[in-house]
Amino acid sequence: MNEKKERYEVILAGSGGQGLVLAGIMLGEAAVREGRNVVQTQSYGIASRGGLSLAEVIIDREEIIYQQVQQPDVILALTEEALEKYAALADEGVRIFYDTTLAKPRTGANLTGHPFTKIASDLGNVAAVNILALGTMLAAIPVVKTESLAGVIRKRFKGTALEMNLKALSTGEELV
Amino acid sequence: MAKEARLVQGNQAMAEGAIYAGARFYAGYPITPSSEIAEECSKVMLKVGGVYMQMEDEIASIAAVIGASLTGAKAFTATSGPGFSLMQENLGLAVMGEVPCVVIDVQRCGPSTGLATKPAQSDIMQLRWGRHGDQIVIALCPATVNECFALTVTAFNFAEKFRVPVILAPDEIVGHMRENFSVPEPGEIAVIDRKKPSVSADRYLPFAADADGVAPLAAYGSDYVFHVSSSMHGRDGYSNNDPANAAWRVAQLHRKIEMHQDEIVLTKSFAVEDADVLLIAYGATTRAGRAAAMEARKQGIKAGVLQLVTLWPFADKEVAALAKKAKTVVVPEMNYSGQVAGEVRRVLGSGAEIRRVNSYNGEIISPQDILKAIV
Repeated sequence: MNEKKERYEVILAGSGGQGLVLAGIMLGEAAVREGRNVVQTQSYGIASRGGLSLAEVIIDREEIIYQQVQQPDVILALTEEALEKYAALADEGVRIFYDTTLAKPRTGANLTGHPFTKIASDLGNVAAVNILALGTMLAAIPVVKTESLAGVIRKRFKGTALEMNLKALSTGEELV
Repeated sequence: MAKEARLVQGNQAMAEGAIYAGARFYAGYPITPSSEIAEECSKVMLKVGGVYMQMEDEIASIAAVIGASLTGAKAFTATSGPGFSLMQENLGLAVMGEVPCVVIDVQRCGPSTGLATKPAQSDIMQLRWGRHGDQIVIALCPATVNECFALTVTAFNFAEKFRVPVILAPDEIVGHMRENFSVPEPGEIAVIDRKKPSVSADRYLPFAADADGVAPLAAYGSDYVFHVSSSMHGRDGYSNNDPANAAWRVAQLHRKIEMHQDEIVLTKSFAVEDADVLLIAYGATTRAGRAAAMEARKQGIKAGVLQLVTLWPFADKEVAALAKKAKTVVVPEMNYSGQVAGEVRRVLGSGAEIRRVNSYNGEIISPQDILKAIV
């Protein structure tokens, strides 16, 4: 496992409705729990379903001045459109995790594909795809401790939704 | 004891700031990118003994806010460009009637309904001149979630102290951004309440200004029965067509702001002491400016940033003082026409070198965009 860095810049990209802005918020909340500074921003269109939607999260020990991601450490791409936008950055050393259910498989260093959407669907709820993919990302790159994210999940969800999200998180981790 | 830090959105911090400042009335019509303010108020207003009203449109929203304020409540609304345009006529009434209130305009890309989810800083002149007739308002502009909270408290304080509408104008980036934030303890930030009349009800003149330029304001529903009119009125609030009275009224509405200019005009500066290049920025663009200035210094160029926290009245004195020491002034802003750059030009005169960096496609200005204008 890689050693934890002072600063991380993360992009979570996909389509409206995949829960990526919520995933960005939860990742940010996990970092706040660890005493880090966080800026989370998002960009989306006017549609509540579909269209490119992305969340950016910057986590730093120091003050975060410019609020947008400039040099991403890791990108999660859950649609073909999102992967198309960022795939070239893999050649520059950016780790990219993408969903092979919705995006065409690519080969190359730093590109890791898993059928996140299919796995989440098989688990019982496709809406858990965001947490599942975060689990895989965090297992490979320690942006925050998985336990911190689990803490955020426990605070946000109850009952079957809580169980589903915790299951999605551990399933995602085990993919690495 | 410090409260637990949370990850809080700018819009939510403004709603929390309003509650902290004592706001107990919200009336609004949701619009992207301001809707989270209405959402938060719908949840918390009743818990603090306040009122949340979803209105039929923005005209009704500002009308309800003005009415609530006249009953003695601290009242506010939130909207974006299209709704802000609809509020202008009644905002004029609030100016003329000297009704304290706060309006939040989370700026998005226009014209008209434009790009509903994308940022802009293109309402700067509408903040200042959106209403007919000669008048002035106070407008503030946050760049961080912390400032969203603190400046909302400041907005209410100015509104109450000077009996004016105050507009808080974040851009969409700041409204939707989330950062670490914890609400200050009560008393940590001063909260100001409006002056109440000290004379008996039969001697009360609602527009008789004290030496500070501001008249005490009684509350509707109390023993004080008084008249608030959008038409020209005298100290007693009743219609008055005397030219001498009109001259006094129009001047007084300006003077009560002008005489407190130093208190109202808020700026922050970053590494400006030795700056050859002065960036003048506001809202989210301040952050890109600060990053650009730091990068420029690495390349041997002494750059600094003046952040305009108060947009109106304009920071003439602060801009002039810092620009005098700089060789180049750069104004990055998310509009086409250089709305603040034009004000900087007015202050510095035709000979000054002012470089503009503008974005008007809904995309954010980056530090690299600004660096190109510096290097």
